Formats: sequence, C-alpha cells, structure tokens
Amino acid sequence: MESTQDLIQTFSTAAQKVSAVVCQVSTMRQAFAYTVDLCEHKEACQLLIAGCQESLSAPAGDLCERKQQQKVMAAPQLSEEQFQHLEAQCQQRGIDLVCNGLRDHLAGIDIGFTLVDFGIAETGTLVIDSSREAVRLATMISEVHVAVLPKSQLRSTALDIEIELRERFASLPSYYAFITGASRTADIERVLALGVHGPLELHILLLDE
Amino acid sequence: MQQAKNLKGYRREVGTALSNEFLRQAMDKFAVAYRTGRENAFSGLDVDDLVAEVARSKDLAVEKLDLLLAEFKRNAAQVGVTVHEARTAQEANEIIAGIARDNQVQKIIKSKSMTAEETLLNHHLEAVGLEVTETDLGEWIIQLRHEGPSHMVMPAIHLSRYQVADLFGSVTGHQQDSDIERLVKVARRELRQKFVEADMGISGANFAIAESGTIGLITNEGNARLVTTLPRVHVALVGLEKLVPTLNDALKVLKVLPRNATGQAITSYVTWITGANACATAEGGRKQMHIVFLDNGRRALSTDPIFSQVLRCVRCGACANVCPVYRMVGGHQYGHIYIGAIGLIITYFFHGREKARNLVQNCINCGACKAICAAGIDLPRLIKEVHTKVQDEEGHPIKSLMLAKVLKSRRLFHTLLRSAKMAQKPVTGGTPYLRHLPQIFSKEHNFRALPAIAEKPFRDRWASLRPQVSNPRLRVALFSGCVQDFVYPEQLEAAVTLMAEQRVALEFPMQQSCCGLPVAMMSEKEAARDVARQNVKAINTDAVDYIVTLCASCASHLKHAYPEILADDTELSVRATQFAGKVVPFSFFMQEILDIQPEALRAPRQKVTFHAPCHLCRGLGVTEAPHRLIEQAGFEFVPALEEFTCCGFGGTYSAKFPEISAQILDKKLDDVRETGAEILVTECPGCVMQLRGGAQKRHENFTVMHLAEMLAQGRK
Repeated sequence: MESTQDLIQTFSTAAQKVSAVVCQVSTMRQAFAYTVDLCEHKEACQLLIAGCQESLSAPAGDLCERKQQQKVMAAPQLSEEQFQHLEAQCQQRGIDLVCNGLRDHLAGIDIGFTLVDFGIAETGTLVIDSSREAVRLATMISEVHVAVLPKSQLRSTALDIEIELRERFASLPSYYAFITGASRTADIERVLALGVHGPLELHILLLDE
Repeated sequence: MQQAKNLKGYRREVGTALSNEFLRQAMDKFAVAYRTGRENAFSGLDVDDLVAEVARSKDLAVEKLDLLLAEFKRNAAQVGVTVHEARTAQEANEIIAGIARDNQVQKIIKSKSMTAEETLLNHHLEAVGLEVTETDLGEWIIQLRHEGPSHMVMPAIHLSRYQVADLFGSVTGHQQDSDIERLVKVARRELRQKFVEADMGISGANFAIAESGTIGLITNEGNARLVTTLPRVHVALVGLEKLVPTLNDALKVLKVLPRNATGQAITSYVTWITGANACATAEGGRKQMHIVFLDNGRRALSTDPIFSQVLRCVRCGACANVCPVYRMVGGHQYGHIYIGAIGLIITYFFHGREKARNLVQNCINCGACKAICAAGIDLPRLIKEVHTKVQDEEGHPIKSLMLAKVLKSRRLFHTLLRSAKMAQKPVTGGTPYLRHLPQIFSKEHNFRALPAIAEKPFRDRWASLRPQVSNPRLRVALFSGCVQDFVYPEQLEAAVTLMAEQRVALEFPMQQSCCGLPVAMMSEKEAARDVARQNVKAINTDAVDYIVTLCASCASHLKHAYPEILADDTELSVRATQFAGKVVPFSFFMQEILDIQPEALRAPRQKVTFHAPCHLCRGLGVTEAPHRLIEQAGFEFVPALEEFTCCGFGGTYSAKFPEISAQILDKKLDDVRETGAEILVTECPGCVMQLRGGAQKRHENFTVMHLAEMLAQGRK
C-alpha cells in the first residue's frame, strides 16, 4: 500500500507529464480563490486562443459572436452554501457564475470548476461522475478546467476503484469520465496540439480536507 | 482502399505511393518515434504479461459471445437502451438510417469508429439525404477529402499541413495559414458549430461490458464526449468482438491499448456510458440511446479454430506502426479499410476475397507485427492462412505450383540448382555476381547485385572438409539450408573450422533439403509439409546434441513451424518436436553453449555493425549473442539505428515486390553507412544476399559478411 504522500507524488508527476497544472490547497475556500484569480487573469475574451480570431466560415464565426463578453464560470456540483460563496467572489471580479443552462453557452465558457470523485495516481487521471449533463458540459466547453481532488480520494491504479465503479454502473444510467490532461490531437503531421475540442488547460487542485 | 484488379495493378499503385516523398519522410519519422514512445510508456511494466492477459480475456469473451450479448442486452434494456443486431454491414446502415428517420433527424455528428468505416456508414446516410460530419480531426479531414483512413489511430497521417491548410481554405472560404496550432483551432470552431446544430450523434465503442450494459470509449480529442452528450439521439455502432464480460476485462485492455497505440499511459478521455443519460433537449429529459451490434462475419470467425484469434484485436494500429512495408507504402496501399497486418487478414472476412487477394501477398514475414501486437495475435501466420484460402479458392499460380513440385523431390531440386549453375556461366563474367540478370528477373531486381551459384556446393565439399575431432565436447548436425549449400558454401566452411577448433564433432546429413520456408511463404502447405518430413527423417536426433544452422530463417522455421506443420503426422509428430528442440542458431551456439573464450579469437580492431535478421531477433529471440561474439573477438561493435528492422529480403517477397524491397534495403544501408563501420555482419545468408548485393550496387565502403566468416577471419 502506497502512502498518501507517495500517491500524491506519483499522481502529480503523471499529470504534469500530460501538461496538467497540479497545485495543493488546504481548503475549499483556497480552491475558490485560486480559480477566481485564474479567471480574472485570463486574457480577456479567451476565445481568442480557442480559434475565434481565425478565418472561419460564416456559421462558425456567428457562434463566436454569440459568446457574451462577460467571463463565465460554471460550477455545477457545489452545495448551495459553496455556490453562494464562490458567486460572491466572482461578482467582485465581474465573472458570471452559473451552475446550469450550459447549453446557452456552447460557444464556450472560460472556466469549468468541478469536484473529482477519484484520482488514479499511475496515470494522473481524474474520475468524475458526469451523469448530470451540466457536469459533462462544464468539462467539455470550458477553455480551462479546474478540478478539485481530495487527497483522500487518490488511488494507485484504475483497478483500485473497480469495485466502486461496478457498483455505480450496476443500477441507474450513468456517465463516468476518466480525464487525463487537456484535450489533445496529433492528427496533423503527428504534431501535438492541445485543446482541439475540449479544454485547452487542466488545473488540478489537490485538497487536504 | 483497394481498387486494383490484379497483382500487376496493385504493384502499380504501390509504385505511386513509393514515390510520395512526403509520405516516406513522415513514415520514417513516425516509425522511429513510435518505438521510443512505446518503450517509455511500458517502462517498469511486464509487457508480455499484460499482452497475455488481454489475449486470455478476449479469447474467453469470444468463446461465449452469444451469452455475453444476451447479458448485455438484458442489462442495457433495463437502463433504457434499445439494442439492435445487424447481420451485415448493409443491415447496420439501414438500422441507423431508420433510427434517424424515426426521429426526424437531419444533421448527424460522428466520432471515430472503424466499424462505421467498415460498413461505409457515411455513404449510406448521405445517400438518404442526411448531413453527416466526422468530428475527430483526422476523420474530418479525410471525410472532406473523400478518402478512407490511412491508419486506424491517425487516419490522416498521409497528409501534410499544407494539404490540410488548402482543404480548410476551401471549407471556410478564407485562405488558411499552415501553422498546425491554428489549423487545429479552425477545426475546433468549425466543428463546434456542427455540434450545436446536430440532432443525432454516432459513436463507436472500444468496449461493450456485458455485466452492466456499459460502453467504453477511448479518445484524445474529447469529441466523442460532445457527440454522446449534445444531440438528443445517440447511436453506438459496435462490432460483436467488443463484448467483454466485466469492467475488469475492459481495464486490462485499457492498460495496454493506449501505450501500444501512441505511447500514452492513457488517453485524455475514457468515457463510460451506461444507459440513456440525462439530455436537456431530448423528450422527457432522457437521451434516446441505441446500440447496434454488428456481426458482418464475426460470429463465423468466433468459432473458427484458426482465425478466431483475430477477434482479440483491440484496434491499436501497432501492427502498422512497425511494419516495414506499411512504412514504405502507407495505409491506402496497405489495407482496404482496416490497415496493417490485421487489415490484411480481416479484409478477406469483412470485405471479401476480391479486396484481399493482392493485399495478402504483400507481407514480408518479418514478424515485427506479431512481436508488438497488444493481444498476441499470430499475424504473419494468419496472413499466410488467408493467402492459402485465396489460392485454394482461386487456384494456385503456376510459379508457386512449380516450386512446390520441385521441392517435393530433393534430387530434382538439387539437380536444377546444379544446372542453373551451368546456365549462369555466360552472365557472371567470372565474378561472384550475376552481371546481367537472367530473363526470369525483370529490371526492378536491378537494385542489388545477385550472387552466382557456387562452383561446388557445400554438400560436394563435405567429404574432404569433414574434420576429425577426437574426444568431442558436443555432437552437432549442420543444417545448411539451400542458400548456404549452393550459393555461400564458404560461410559453412568458416563455421566448420570454428566449431571443430572447439572440439565439436560435426555431421552433415546428406538427405537434408530446403527447410520449406519459401513454399510456406507462397502458401503451398502440402509442399511445406513434404520437405519438413524429409528433413526430420534426414537427421537422427538421438545421435546429436544440437542441430546448428547458420541461416536464421531456416532455424526459426525448423524450430517453430515444424512441430506445428507435423502435429497431425502420426509417424513424425514426436520426432518433429525432438528435432525442433535441438535446433539452435549459430551465434547462440557459439556464445551461450560453447561459451567461446576471447583468446580463441584475435581480430584486428575494426569497426563492426550488426544487422539483426528478423528470424533471429524476433523468430528466435536471440539479440545479445551476436553482439557479444563481435566484441569478444576483439572488434569494436557500433550499433546501427534500427538494427532490428527488416533488410527487405523476405525470400520470395523481394522477387514479388522488388520496388518495396529496394526501398527498405536503401534505408537499411543508409543506417549502416551512418555508423562508419568497416564491416556489416549478419547471421542469415538471405540477409547477406540482400545487403551485399545492395552495398555492391551502391559502391559502399563496408564489406558484408556472415558472422561465421568474420569470426573465422578474425582468428587468422
């Protein structure tokens, strides 16, 4: 059995290898502060890096136009109390925080903020119950995905969460995501490019509590 | 895609691919980068063990395919999925078009699915008036170009950034920069719009887990997540072989597949979908989910004693990544829809003999695919088995029938070789090379100088050569193979001297003949069996400790193929196994068994590089013994880049596809030149023939030798 410290080490190395940013936070409040900061310091209208400055066809260009000018952050899994706390911080910085209705933002949002069910140290993978559509969309249409992973939820390999996953697959419809690093492609001349469909960046906040 | 009507037409298409400079460079870079990436990804893991587990688990699943299907259907139905079964590609396409019609679908987005490529689904859907957009970047590119994939994992690997920029220029109506980052962003925005508009999403699946009715999808781009999330209808098209009993089986495959495919420990996204999930735009807030299982020949394969193992394939594409022929000609010439070694095989079963006929002949039998396969499939053997099927159905070509006939009688075969020696006299001009090619060879063979048949074969020299060894350490029977016996007897002579000095008593059984590999390569199974019987009978295994051969191809064939070929032979099956157990290649015998000491060899300090024959390094698993012998003999060993890649000989292959053989050889000789070695040494007369002939043509400064010759020279 690996110690938590070993797991953190293995996890961080593996996640950084696929260009994820890994940080440690001691409280949820710190995680919020990190995320709001990140969003604020993100270049204004981050759609720039997501391709909207390129020469596009008319319909694709129109979709870019529909992107509202205010920055948008989605946090679909928070408790009411947590949401209010984060919302207050967002408001101070002029960021719109949403938990639902993400289909109105398919042009793209700035940050998707999620809570992670398990971490797989061997590969630096996040396991997220994405059965709710809003959780799926928050991790797909955001330019930056910030994920909070409690250290206690780190496991060594995928086989160590096999029992939990089997239980959850057993009864109701579900949608589980293993996420490792940002969205990537090497389809043109095998040159690695990040953010082809999903997030361009992944930040993982390892949480103490 | 295979359009050629006959072998001649196919060779013409291959020729065009060979002259595609971009393709060649892209493939070369990829071949080298892939190997390093894969090695890193597997570091610290027992690859053989993982592969064996995948094979075991897939075999068990294939055995109870129908039970798993029933279980899957039951569990998927409980979570709101409609499961369909399609017997043929056409049926699958019609079912999916029907789902679209029933739901008033107009626009469809697709994530990558080789199964949908197999059924030509897009063609069908477009023909009934639906708009279909591929959303995997590579698939979108080839869809826009109206092409098929040239690789199972990287479908657009044959295209340059400039071609993509031109293509995107016409799609957007604006001129595009060729910067790859920017092109990717253009695709992101263009396709995002398609996601927004679509009312149906089609995906494939890497796994269909029976115990829960879950499908698993392995992707990097994340497009499959959008495809399975945004539209109100989701259809997954799944080959029956994707059924596995449990999540555990899927996780086993997941551990190997990305590492073997792209050298990634895991892909960016692995998605597990169980049942009809929440979907805001669908009726009742639940997505309509359909899973279509495709048979298209899979059920028949699942009970086939020889071919059932092809259903183990996890579609990682590695067999193409390491194939020296794929590397030269690219995917469009190395498959119909499925690419690489596995493509050569399943094209026959999924797309018919017509499409497979020429393809199956384009295997050089180097074994690189078998060594890399994520599921341990014996690909080279199955390619030969498909070739046999095709020949049995269509009739065997005259050339291969003739060879088969000749080989059945050792006397006839050897007489012909002796008379060939007489016939060649006017064309050798007294040199050891054929000056002008006899008419049976066409001009494409001119890329190497072909050796002449020796004045006196080894078997005629044996009586006078035979050394007297008193108090022998070991008793050995030499198996010469035909090339050394009739073309390079000096290689055997060198080995005889070296071994006799080590007090090895030698026999040369006169009744031995060709090992049979050439006819096995031509899928003449009967003839291969006949010569195997002759050879097993020729050598009294009780009287010798080892059967040593200096030809890696013979050794590998004798050791691995004989017990299999003669398994049903009531008279010889036991002897064949004993025989095979005693076969060792020369370097292994000298290094590991005789443990030859440095003082026995005193070589000048020359730089030497080694070419590892396919049948030595992969066929017999011998990689270190030749290196050690070279160093112990006092030479300076300088390894060449890609030492373990085929030299392009492949026996009869180089006569069938001389243009491909020539290009593989060129690459090999470039690598050798790069080392600055004075001697290129190898351990197979076939490789010597190819390499020496090519070096001669290119006027290289290094000499090419068999290991035995070089060691014997070293002691003078």
